[in-house]
Amino acid sequence: MAEMLEKEASAGDGRGLPTPDNAPVLVVDGLVVEHRNRTTGEVFRAVDGVSLRIAAGESAAVVGESGSGKTTLAMAATGLGPRGEGDVRLLGHSLATLGRRRLRALRREVQIVFQDPHGSLDSRQSVRSGLKELRGLQRERTSWIDDAGLLERVRLSPDLLDRYPHQLSGGQAQRVCIARALLMRPRLIVADEPTSGLDVSVQADVLELLREVRETTGAALLMISHDLAVVRSVCDSVHVMQRGRVVESGPCETVFTDPADGYTRELLAAMPGARWRARR
Amino acid sequence: MNAPSLNAALPDEPPDGPPKAQAAKKPPSMAAGRVRRVAARLGTLFASLFIALTMAFALGRLSGDPTANILGPTAPPDQREALRQQLGLDRPLLTQYFDYIKGVFTGDLGESLQFYQSNTTMIFDRVPYTLQLVAGGMAVAILIGVPLGVLAATREGTWWDRAASTVALLGQSVPVFWLGMMFVVLFAVKLGWLPAGQSGTPKHLILPALTMSLYPMAHIARLTRASMSEALGEPFIDSARARGISRARVVWRHAFKNALMPVLTIVVLQTGILLSGAVAIEYVYSWPGLGQLALQAVQFRDFPLVQAIVVFGAVVFVCLNLIVDVIHSVVDPRVR
Repeated sequence: MAEMLEKEASAGDGRGLPTPDNAPVLVVDGLVVEHRNRTTGEVFRAVDGVSLRIAAGESAAVVGESGSGKTTLAMAATGLGPRGEGDVRLLGHSLATLGRRRLRALRREVQIVFQDPHGSLDSRQSVRSGLKELRGLQRERTSWIDDAGLLERVRLSPDLLDRYPHQLSGGQAQRVCIARALLMRPRLIVADEPTSGLDVSVQADVLELLREVRETTGAALLMISHDLAVVRSVCDSVHVMQRGRVVESGPCETVFTDPADGYTRELLAAMPGARWRARR
Repeated sequence: MNAPSLNAALPDEPPDGPPKAQAAKKPPSMAAGRVRRVAARLGTLFASLFIALTMAFALGRLSGDPTANILGPTAPPDQREALRQQLGLDRPLLTQYFDYIKGVFTGDLGESLQFYQSNTTMIFDRVPYTLQLVAGGMAVAILIGVPLGVLAATREGTWWDRAASTVALLGQSVPVFWLGMMFVVLFAVKLGWLPAGQSGTPKHLILPALTMSLYPMAHIARLTRASMSEALGEPFIDSARARGISRARVVWRHAFKNALMPVLTIVVLQTGILLSGAVAIEYVYSWPGLGQLALQAVQFRDFPLVQAIVVFGAVVFVCLNLIVDVIHSVVDPRVR
């Protein structure tokens, strides 16, 4: 593992866009995103003036119940969804001023792990050909590891390389997704509910893998989740969202042990095992 | 979240442990499953072919006494009886049926009542003409229909989409015989660019093939749009875009490949429909294909020939269905 770390540290050149290394990987400033219902014309404000900042190598979480705007925020922050008003600076580049081509180059440094691992794999593509496609995007950047080595990094057998998504279990598919993210040596990994589509028995393994990937690659992590236990085990800081607004932000330990906002307290109280922990 | 102990209790789901724990566990006997699937599919196709053959036979007998149609209603009974014997219609129905089935499998589809020739020979004389027409028509339909559908799906809700949908709607609702006549009036009579009918040169093919392409083109465009639009909404499309894959590659390599199957199916089935006789088009353009032969057979009440053409169509359809299945298994790894 130590060799791998060294290899990664020295492989810092050959990246897509020049970015100062100490700059925050993501700065969101006053973001407002509205969805318009096409038939009724009603406007729904999914993200309502959110600001946050993720430093290089930091691991942050956005938590909140369904419909609180977490995913819309993540999609806007990575330039995948509607951008709305406000400024998003990804790896030091303002998304508003980036053209399509440069945005695509930037996306290779920001990898997303989605909630539904089977859905996010093309069913007509074997694991190997999926990796090959990514390698075709940027040969130098992805030459640091071979396919078998990459699968071993996410603790999968290289035998799975010739499998198609329908031949993988949920946990295996999510590991393949993480492997694909890892291959691009991203500076930021966005994980949108990465474990909620999985069996409870494999959730912990996948989280452990995410934690390890972050520690060994130095990539920053933005985790979107409704599961506070998951967030607590992986992230340094947390932003609590309710109805499109951030109601509380801070280091995980502070927010979880001494929540300032009423909504955060409600969320914490709804956590499984909350009462047991309170008694302890 | 005590994972390792739970893992052990789930034998169906391969545990995601370290590589050693899950080495080379191949999905259970895929080859055997494939053989069983192929056999079942062949069985179904064979059964439907048999039903089609039986129906063609039954319809020939149900349409009344052919001797009355051939000799006219005033013919004396003894003449009709003689003809009935000559055609073998006096034999028991079951014997006739078995002879007919035997004939189908040995390539003998009987003899025409009006041409005094083998039906099989006549059909195969006409097939090359119909094949030309169908190949030309389907090529135009695919070359226009598929890009039109993809264009509409990738620009859903825009002016492009509405224009493409309108073209497709028109294409499916304009009757071919009317369109054929209008083409003749415009391009052959008024402008004099192309021949109005008959066959021979590539120029003769243009108008009938264009006329024929319209309906399948519209059908293909609509289906491609629907299928692409569905594929583009799948999460793996976002996922591919998120990884920085170019839009063209996302659309053609990922979305289109996943949207292809219904489109391919329709292409093949439309080919089948057109092959077994594009009666109106061949009539309008005096094209000497199968459709024209079918029309002549019906007009003369030449029931052995009608039956033979129906049988030919059924066989073509079954073969094309088989081709669809084969393509499906090649394109989709889940069906293999």
